[in-house]
Amino acid sequence: MKIVKYEDIVLKVKLACLQMTTDLPQDVQNKLEMMAMQEDGQLAKQMLDIIIENANIARQENRPMCQDTGMVVCFVKMGQNIQIEGGLLADAINEGVSLGYEEGYLRKSVVNNPIDRINTLDNTPAIIHYDIVEDDVLIIEVAAKGFGSENMSQLKMFPPAAGIAGMKEFVKQVVIDAGPNPCPPIIVGIGLGGDFEKAALLAKKAAIRNLDEVNPNEKLLALEKELEVEINNLGIGPQGFGGKTTTLKVNIEMFATHIAGLPVAVNINCHAARHIKVVL
Amino acid sequence: MATIKLETPLTIDKIKDLHSGDQVLLSGIIYTGRDAAHKRFIEVLEKNEDLPFDVQGQVIYYVGPTPTKPNQAFGSGGPTTSYRMDAYTPPLINKGLIGMIGKGKRNDEVKAALKGHAVYFAAVGGAAALMGKCVIKAEVIAYEDLQAEAVRRLEVKDLPLIVVNDIKGNDLYVEGPQSYLKEHK
Ligand code: SF4
Repeated sequence: MKIVKYEDIVLKVKLACLQMTTDLPQDVQNKLEMMAMQEDGQLAKQMLDIIIENANIARQENRPMCQDTGMVVCFVKMGQNIQIEGGLLADAINEGVSLGYEEGYLRKSVVNNPIDRINTLDNTPAIIHYDIVEDDVLIIEVAAKGFGSENMSQLKMFPPAAGIAGMKEFVKQVVIDAGPNPCPPIIVGIGLGGDFEKAALLAKKAAIRNLDEVNPNEKLLALEKELEVEINNLGIGPQGFGGKTTTLKVNIEMFATHIAGLPVAVNINCHAARHIKVVL
Repeated sequence: MATIKLETPLTIDKIKDLHSGDQVLLSGIIYTGRDAAHKRFIEVLEKNEDLPFDVQGQVIYYVGPTPTKPNQAFGSGGPTTSYRMDAYTPPLINKGLIGMIGKGKRNDEVKAALKGHAVYFAAVGGAAALMGKCVIKAEVIAYEDLQAEAVRRLEVKDLPLIVVNDIKGNDLYVEGPQSYLKEHK
């Protein structure tokens, strides 16, 4: 059995909040720089250059890269033999978020519920998903999800007859509908299969997945590449002003599904793709 | 493509030659407001009372910044998505509002109201650290209880913007992707 202290979780989650909001992950920065070199439109290239310059300023001057410092989403992977000492895991995560958002002068964008809409003043609660695994590990993937891109996400329950062709058309339509709103270039996270909520969960996982990660499933890898090309051929471009770079990456996550169904969820993430892995 | 320098307050004369796709560096006083502040603007107008500032010739920036750190003039502040302000916008243009800064498409009512009267600029979505640094001075002038959404008077220097909807009815979000597709057939 491995013991993890409550305070250690609080501290690491706090530091994750501070870091991810000011330090754009290298995988995203690299992809932006690569796309900027390939972009031939003057305005389109300039938009990418500004986004890259912004990321550099944020990192050097410790300023949030985007004012929407998001709602915190955590994917917890916890070994069966882990014991948390000193309190509940969810409380520790929320305490870390609260401290991080206060200390970092990050925007508190969470309201208590959609009816009263009273700001909770410390950006909690975080949205936490748990996965119980075998080993003695406690890993928390922390992401800050802005709602300009979250609001442009969609889910559809297709019949199996729609096939992959139907799924691809839907994904492209979601990107077209989103247009300039999610601050393109975007990352397109797709959840394929499962049921209604599983598809959405997979899409979120895909949206915050590291861009350098290569999909181990060859069919999905091919599909991701095809969709990336087709989306970039739509011409929406950086900021929606026209250009080559509409998406930085398409990521797909898949799960078993029912004989009667083909759930497809599309979760859009923006270039401010803030994600960080906390290992305890 | 040249970059055009503009100073607020704006006049029709200053904006009449702007064309969608033009890059602008904006300096001077501008005001902030998002959903909650706009809702109050309209309530005030419906009661025939005065807005917290005279919108004649002024520019509103749709932004909810991060809190200001000590020793800084302003936090990070990039544009928020503009469609949420669409319903509130035509009455403000009728009152003389001449510029809006945000990101994303406007609806047909807003586009019609803009024609001949006002210009819609986009700021670079997500480039909030860079744009926050263009703010020299910021003060809350109304609705302090709205926190990030309070109305602020900002003094900005060379805020980088792009003209999306000019007063002639052009729309960069339509024409930009269209002309890209035409060139890359
Ligand atoms: S969509 Fe992303 S980059 Fe754009 S404002 Fe929201 S969080 Fe920032």
